[in-house]
Amino acid sequence: MSSDVTPNAPRPKSTGLHSGPIQPGVAKVDPIIVADGIKRTFGGLTAVDVDHLEVPRHAITALIGPNGAGKTTLFNLLTGFDKPDAGTWSFDGQSLSGKPAYRVARMGQVRTFQLTKALGLLTVLENMKLGAKEQTGEKFWLSLFPGFWRRQEAAIEEKARELLVKFKLDAKEADFAASLSGGQRKLLEMARALMTDPTLVMLDEPMAGVNPALTQSLLDKILDLKDEGMTVLFVEHDMAMVRHIADWVVVMAEGRIVAEGPPADVMQNPAVIDAYLGAHQELDLGVVTGRHTADEVE
Amino acid sequence: MDWGQILSNTASSLIGPATIAYALAAIGLSVHFGYAGLINMGIAGFMAIGAYGYAISALTFGLPWWAGFLVGIGASIVFALILGIPTLRLRGDYLAIVTIAAAEVLRLLFLTGEFDDVTGSADGLSGYHASFRAANPIPDGTYGFGPWTYNANGWWVRILGIAIVAIVALIVWSLMRSPWGRVLKGIREDEDAVRALGKNVFAYKLQALMLGGVFGALGGIVYALPSAVNPGVYVTSLTFFVYTALLLGGAATIFGPILGSVIFWVLQTFLSNVLPALATSGILPVTSTQASTLRFVLVGVILMLIVIFSPQGILGNKKELTFVK
Repeated sequence: MSSDVTPNAPRPKSTGLHSGPIQPGVAKVDPIIVADGIKRTFGGLTAVDVDHLEVPRHAITALIGPNGAGKTTLFNLLTGFDKPDAGTWSFDGQSLSGKPAYRVARMGQVRTFQLTKALGLLTVLENMKLGAKEQTGEKFWLSLFPGFWRRQEAAIEEKARELLVKFKLDAKEADFAASLSGGQRKLLEMARALMTDPTLVMLDEPMAGVNPALTQSLLDKILDLKDEGMTVLFVEHDMAMVRHIADWVVVMAEGRIVAEGPPADVMQNPAVIDAYLGAHQELDLGVVTGRHTADEVE
Repeated sequence: MDWGQILSNTASSLIGPATIAYALAAIGLSVHFGYAGLINMGIAGFMAIGAYGYAISALTFGLPWWAGFLVGIGASIVFALILGIPTLRLRGDYLAIVTIAAAEVLRLLFLTGEFDDVTGSADGLSGYHASFRAANPIPDGTYGFGPWTYNANGWWVRILGIAIVAIVALIVWSLMRSPWGRVLKGIREDEDAVRALGKNVFAYKLQALMLGGVFGALGGIVYALPSAVNPGVYVTSLTFFVYTALLLGGAATIFGPILGSVIFWVLQTFLSNVLPALATSGILPVTSTQASTLRFVLVGVILMLIVIFSPQGILGNKKELTFVK
């Protein structure tokens, strides 16, 4: 699949996103999400304790950090899937505090999940059509009479097919989503999220478990989102990917934001290297475990 | 052994009021369990609500039969709301526990001597047929042929019952091919994913619970139409019988619940006729009372075999089996 894809010209990164000196919680020129004093504890454990965070609009922001840093919990809090003990946050200037997840999604902030949630016994096309917002046919009484929703349904189907072609899933449209591979499910979930016409797309580990052959095409899809005017916030462990596509990186550790900045700068930050990347990030795994020497690898 | 009588009874149960009642209740369960993934273990409670709602409206309040239908339906909607609002926010297995308990609480309320004037406690209710039979458009007499020979009242119950089954099946078919049904099936697969797409999952689950509950109540009403309301009918095992019928036919299908109910009742009638006959003629080494309860053992075995070897049912999509979680 990747062999017949010609590498795209490198796309420029967005710069000048922040105002003032770079530090955790720095103000952004045009923030889409502003969060203040968000705290979530599970019993005695403080999973998330964020003083201030702004996510820049029309940019790709990566949220990184070691396992247990609170990235997914923060994701769940921002999308209404979990409720914080304290804190306020807003999306596009509107307060999101206490809003249930479905309202958050209706406002244009859509998310995907770390463990992919393809709706197995629905076909790929049905999965896609489910994503469309404000469907007349989803109202109980109106759904009984196809006259009210047939035209809208046709338009939704056309849009779903266009997206499926883009995500190379068009050949699978009549198959159950359960029959897709792990990587295809990631693609389907992302494509389905786009059916909601989001302004902010939040991807929780979009690359986890994806075959390397699909990685490049998924990366291109994420870069396309930015070109189409959307904002992307994603959680990822793959440093190469973060360096490759992120315009801005936020680093979490133990529930707090320990650093943020453009990817090249953040990767040099000694606190980040200590907290997350580790001293051996550039070494072969065999060297780290002592089975080879560094010379052998080269 | 009188094979003629056994086969005649068996054939008659094809369109028996009990068969029709089970079909309605099973369609209700297919909305709950098959399409929305709600594990409702209290369908017997919805049926009891329908039956008692209908009988009490006639006996205590003197309402006409159609008003009794409306009361039964309205009461089942209220019951669904009381049941659903506190529990549908929780995970699915909690609903199973709450519904099984609620159905039992309801049955015991109908059974207790405290409300004997209204509910008839252990005796149940009877003699509420005047209005329904007065509305019968069929002239007096006996109609039909062979095993399907009934009097005017017998036909009135069956025709009305079958018409209700047809309307209910049509409603479910219209809903499930619509975007509303798509949301419901999405919720069955993964409600968080559907929530993330901006759907109010709680509202859909509540709508599904009310809709299936209304069909369950209609089943209870049809069950009560020909004879009497007996509190011993609406026990937990009724819920499992309806589940057996549903799973036999196919949980997420339109005609599965109907086909399953027909097969269930034909089989039940056949066994309840043939087993005692076998016992009396000495072929089965048990008394005829033991023989007639043996059929419930067989029903249990059948339910187990379906769930293990053919969970999609007779009309279900074979492809689905490949992906059973």
